[in-house]
Amino acid sequence: MRIAVAVKQVPDTAEVRIDPERGTLIREGVPSILNPFDEYALEEAFRWRDELGGTVVVITMGPPWAESVLREAVAMGADEALLISDRAFAGADTWATSHTLAAAVTKLGDVDLVITGKQAIDGDTAQTGPSIAASLDWPQITFVGKVRSIEDGHILAERYVEGGIEVVRSSLPAVVTILKDANTPRLPSLRGKMKARKLEIPTWGIDDLGLDPAETGLDGSPTRVVTISTPETSSDGEMHRGTPEELAAALADLLLGEEGS
Amino acid sequence: MDYYLSDELTDIRDICREIAEKYIVPARAELDEENRFPREIMKVMADSDILGIYIPEEFGGTAEAFGGGAMALSVATEEFSRACGGVAVSYAANALGAMPILISASDEQKTRYLPDLASGRKLAAFALTESEAGSDAGGVKTKAIKDGDHYILNGTKQWITNGGEAQVYTVIALTDPSRGARGLSAFIVEEGTPGFSYGKKEDKMGIRASATRELIFEDCRIPAENLISGEGRGFIVAMKTLNRSRPGVASQAVGIAQGALDEAAKYASQRRQFGQRIDSFQAIQFMLADMATQIEAARALTYSVARMIDAGAKKYEKVSAMAKVFASDVAMKVTTDAVQILGGYGYMKEYPVEKMMRDAKITQIYEGTNQIQRAVIASALIKETAAGGN
Repeated sequence: MRIAVAVKQVPDTAEVRIDPERGTLIREGVPSILNPFDEYALEEAFRWRDELGGTVVVITMGPPWAESVLREAVAMGADEALLISDRAFAGADTWATSHTLAAAVTKLGDVDLVITGKQAIDGDTAQTGPSIAASLDWPQITFVGKVRSIEDGHILAERYVEGGIEVVRSSLPAVVTILKDANTPRLPSLRGKMKARKLEIPTWGIDDLGLDPAETGLDGSPTRVVTISTPETSSDGEMHRGTPEELAAALADLLLGEEGS
Repeated sequence: MDYYLSDELTDIRDICREIAEKYIVPARAELDEENRFPREIMKVMADSDILGIYIPEEFGGTAEAFGGGAMALSVATEEFSRACGGVAVSYAANALGAMPILISASDEQKTRYLPDLASGRKLAAFALTESEAGSDAGGVKTKAIKDGDHYILNGTKQWITNGGEAQVYTVIALTDPSRGARGLSAFIVEEGTPGFSYGKKEDKMGIRASATRELIFEDCRIPAENLISGEGRGFIVAMKTLNRSRPGVASQAVGIAQGALDEAAKYASQRRQFGQRIDSFQAIQFMLADMATQIEAARALTYSVARMIDAGAKKYEKVSAMAKVFASDVAMKVTTDAVQILGGYGYMKEYPVEKMMRDAKITQIYEGTNQIQRAVIASALIKETAAGGN
């Protein structure tokens, strides 16, 4: 069993502030962290590896310094790490990112299962996992709150959807995106940290993946972020006091008055 | 202060701090209130490879990565103690129980016991104290009488940290009553050995998350191969063990004190009286300054001793005692002052400093009272002076 976990380096949103003038994130001085949802994806991979045997390879696409989240994942228990990095990948949207990650999974060759976190806390799109599946033409199970079993070349998982739970069985290889309900991520271990410090992490670029510049990075991205803005907050309010009858009458007047204006 | 810890020691500190923040701090008040041993937290420590940091690689640990194990233990114990003295002593007492095996046992005994202690599959405890053998370790009454290829143990050990929770016990017992302290021997006794049972569980003032219990031996037969070192070597094994573990108590004290200072400084920055933050008052500022200075001095001394041990020093009894006595006195003073800074709130259980004050007290008492430590220091000093000083 070889499980690939795709992770992302994100700004620590607990530390992020918005520049009110420009409407953009102030990223200077904000620490980068492993996307919190990805910790659950990693834990799920470790659990099944520990039970079934095999290896977990952690992958990220990003600038060279994104390597730090790979080392974090190795400290937690990943067996191998792989950095997908190239100037040609810069500015990628979720389509180009997942297309590139899928190419890496294909090149790895013997991957039975790809796991990602439900979404990244920076873009919050929840598209990359499903899009990797689409790009690989593999089945996908998204929003998984519990993996029930992996056996006989199939995975059985519970999708936590609005108003209920869907139990889905899929053949492998497949892509699964994980919710925080699935498990409790383990802490890094000392041996893991020592291994992570020394591990040489291979970097694959556009030539290694055999991709065309037109399908990666900004050139390969159909979407453009036009503007980012924060909604204006208003704290206008009126306080009314009185008996329920009086308040009902006042409210009715207000609503009717608004309708009339 | 930056002690320029190696990358590996920094890893230990970071992992222990994460365990402390995620697991110990949220549980400490309840563990204290319920007098409950932190089994789940010990499991997390084991899974994070923190239990084997002082054990050599050939016996399943990682000590070589840290240049020994004394600094590693000090760093880990300090971080855990900063969150909870009770959880930390459960960790440290495990190392104390393993120490006689580590420093005095045969390779065969080490191979048999240390890997399980390094991985956390088993916990250890050290059993020396008895009702009449406290500061006077020579007063041990528990007997171990040789019977063919076995020893038969009879007696009761008291106040054994990790008692009832550990699976491996290193026990000091009398093999030759006519020779006093020189008639003592050290043994390994496993949980479940017929004739070995647990007695009274203590209800303590502080470090209440730790288990403190009686061990009762009634015609308990243990294989002769469980004798550590040789007959009559028990007192030396015990003293070597305690010399080696005292920097651990010092680290516990430093950690408890640091935790109290953290709380006091935070509180003083938020609490307002007379229309201003109380850390704007010189009375509070000077208390905080003294607390911080004393802690740094205690930490520097403790680390120096631990580094000395890791460097291979053979004689460190005096400085080991100095670190323990100084750091524990600092912990008592600092935690008392922390309660004072928090005022009425400090006295209430809603805030953690009253617990820290209770936890600090034991560091002046166990593993040799501070009075015994001063006697050790003075005796070493007198010997040095007689020998022409150094």
